[in-house]
Amino acid sequence: MEMIPALGSALAGLLQEAAHGAAGAAGQGAAHGAGQAAGDHGGSFTPILPGLILLIPLIGAAVNGLGAFLWRDRRLVPSWVGPLAVGGAFAVVLANFLRMLETGAAGPAVVTLWSWLSVGGLEVGVDLLFDRLSMVMMLVVTGVSTVIHVYSAGYMRDDPGISRFFAYLNLFVFFMLVLVMGGNFPVTFVGWEGVGLCSYLLIGFWYENAEYSSAGKKAFIVNRIGDFGFLVAMFLLFAMFGTLDYVPIIESAADELAYGGITVTAVTLLLLLACTGKSAQIPLYTWLPDAMAGPTPVSALIHAATMVTAGVYLVARSGVLFAMAPMSQAAVATVGAGTALFAATIALKQYDIKKVLAYSTISQLGYMFLAVGVGAYTAGIFHLTTHAFFKALLFLGAGAVIHSVEHAFHEQGHHGDPNDMRSHGGLMSVMPVTGTTMWAATLAIAGVFPFAGFFSKDEIIWYAGSYGYPILWGVSLVAAVLTAAYMARLMFMTFHGENRTDEAAGQGASSALHEAPAVMTVPLVILAVLSVVGGWIQIPEALPLPHVSWLHDWLHPAVEPALAVAEEHGVEAAHAAPLGGGEAVWAGVSLVLAVGGIVAGAAWVRSKEILVPERAADDRGLARVLNRKWYVDELYERVFVGPLLALSRACWRVVDDRIIDGAVNGLGYAGRALGWVGSRLQSGRIGTYVLVFTLGVLAVLGGLVL
Amino acid sequence: MSVPPEYLPLSLVVSATLFTIGVGGVLLRRNAIIIFLCIELMLNAVNLTFVAFARQLGVDGQVFVFFVMAVAAAEAAVGLAIIISVFRHYEMVDVERFDLLKW
Repeated sequence: MEMIPALGSALAGLLQEAAHGAAGAAGQGAAHGAGQAAGDHGGSFTPILPGLILLIPLIGAAVNGLGAFLWRDRRLVPSWVGPLAVGGAFAVVLANFLRMLETGAAGPAVVTLWSWLSVGGLEVGVDLLFDRLSMVMMLVVTGVSTVIHVYSAGYMRDDPGISRFFAYLNLFVFFMLVLVMGGNFPVTFVGWEGVGLCSYLLIGFWYENAEYSSAGKKAFIVNRIGDFGFLVAMFLLFAMFGTLDYVPIIESAADELAYGGITVTAVTLLLLLACTGKSAQIPLYTWLPDAMAGPTPVSALIHAATMVTAGVYLVARSGVLFAMAPMSQAAVATVGAGTALFAATIALKQYDIKKVLAYSTISQLGYMFLAVGVGAYTAGIFHLTTHAFFKALLFLGAGAVIHSVEHAFHEQGHHGDPNDMRSHGGLMSVMPVTGTTMWAATLAIAGVFPFAGFFSKDEIIWYAGSYGYPILWGVSLVAAVLTAAYMARLMFMTFHGENRTDEAAGQGASSALHEAPAVMTVPLVILAVLSVVGGWIQIPEALPLPHVSWLHDWLHPAVEPALAVAEEHGVEAAHAAPLGGGEAVWAGVSLVLAVGGIVAGAAWVRSKEILVPERAADDRGLARVLNRKWYVDELYERVFVGPLLALSRACWRVVDDRIIDGAVNGLGYAGRALGWVGSRLQSGRIGTYVLVFTLGVLAVLGGLVL
Repeated sequence: MSVPPEYLPLSLVVSATLFTIGVGGVLLRRNAIIIFLCIELMLNAVNLTFVAFARQLGVDGQVFVFFVMAVAAAEAAVGLAIIISVFRHYEMVDVERFDLLKW
């Protein structure tokens, strides 16, 4: 542990001049921030090489991007450069974290790299914000990214586009860090758009497949709807505060805004719209399941662990604003709980292993929204962190399974879908490491003690009940059961029972199934360990366990302003759930529900024979509705996409073709018509010309004489 | 030999008459040769006017007449050449029938 700050100072020595400039700026920023830090958490924080955290992944992206053109055949280079660039950023973040831990400083320290926009009253700098909240996010982002990058080196080893892949992936990490480190709304927005861009590029990574690239477009366009909310919210904030920096807005929000006023409600609802887009909540969640078209590490990194949590981060970051607008908070919580339940029902009947995980992600993000919506920001960030571990693990494990099944299919010349769980089954015996680690993640996401999800999800459910949202509390309990059930279904269909690969692809296919190489299993094991112990950073006092409130204490300075607003207006947590009973009782109940869900899911899978996709009959009744995702895509197609296309076509056929082109063409035709009339005068007969000429001369002479 | 100044109006009347006959011929006749002759008539009517005025206004008018004659001679050469070419093509010189030179 001592080594990492030493590494940081060594780097500082190497880049003395750059470091000097940065430290100078940091000093300024810290001085600026120190005045605002809460008294008992005072102490300024001086970030170590703040610019380098962003620069290293950016350099990695540039090198890999060049590599995509220069060394097409050297696949080893990008598979080292990519992970090392992110690992480097992780090292610097870790050094900063250790310093913050050591000094006990809370920040917020703002480092202004340079002035970006300076127009009239608007001053926007490229600010990096270091506080407890952004530090947690930076750790999660760079840490999980590093593990996934290592895994990708194995997963994408045989792909000719590996250099391009790592260029996009590194660029994503850069933008994600811009998003979480941004010290004002515009810088966050740059990151927000940047990760959207990288998401688009990586969903459509295999662009030869038209379906994949249109999935990328769908993600991009659906996110545009949310971005509109973000932009308008920024305009309103500037109109109210005259600044877009987080620190002054958080400082003065409570004094300058009316509690529950229209403006603050509008701002927060617009931000919520932005978050529903980026974090795939109702009503804008439809892009995320389609985003599974990208390579599996992308699904793990972008569409499970990091980018989609940006919405949760944004709500937590602007927690003060949300605390000032109780209506918006209720909206956030309702959207969250509704999404958690809705997506969980869909996950129950998906056959594509990645689609199950995609809907599971949407559902878990719903839990996080529920948490930040009821005002339990710490619980939201807690679940964000543990979810990053176990969902990344689930996706990476699914990737290993797909790799293996795809290989078996390929050997047999079979062109089925390797993602379809009906072609899996019994993989535990050939892929023990993948199976075991995925079981750890499954128990974590289901909320089984003592895995990470037990603590984080339980905390969310508890706060939903105790902050006075009894209906949402009930919904979240039901969703918890469903979560356990669909995850058990996934695990039993994939890893247990009879193997169905032979049946799907022909005899002998199953002999080609294999465990993933070490470069892929080691990340799985690392994430599995984190999925087990990740929850132990926050153990509620009520449980008969050692009380740990590390995360709570750590985040307290960052969420304190929002909590203070809530407290001032009498929003307090009760000490009993809506049906009575304390936290310990309900933790026990949710544990029972989780285990019950797993058992039910297992029994459900075992209750009937699973047929491979070629022989399976279509589902009927409710199962069919769930399999077709409640027909929401069809509904959106009918209600929004269809009319929009009709409107666009009307603009094209009527406005463009008729009115605009008509005006231009009309002028042309008028000129030609006039010319035709003139051409009639030129008869070619000399007699006519002479007559006209003579009459003309006579007319002129006559005019002169008269 | 000299012409007294009081003959000037007479000269102008003769000139105007000749000019009008020329214009009428150009407008009414259809044979290209005749039209050509009528144009020469108009030119010579103008020449007569120049000469008549030259008695009182100096020698410039007479000099101008030489220019007109020279140009008329050149014009006659070119014009006759065109008429002959047209005749070789169509075997006639009726201007009413030539209307190809248009749009």
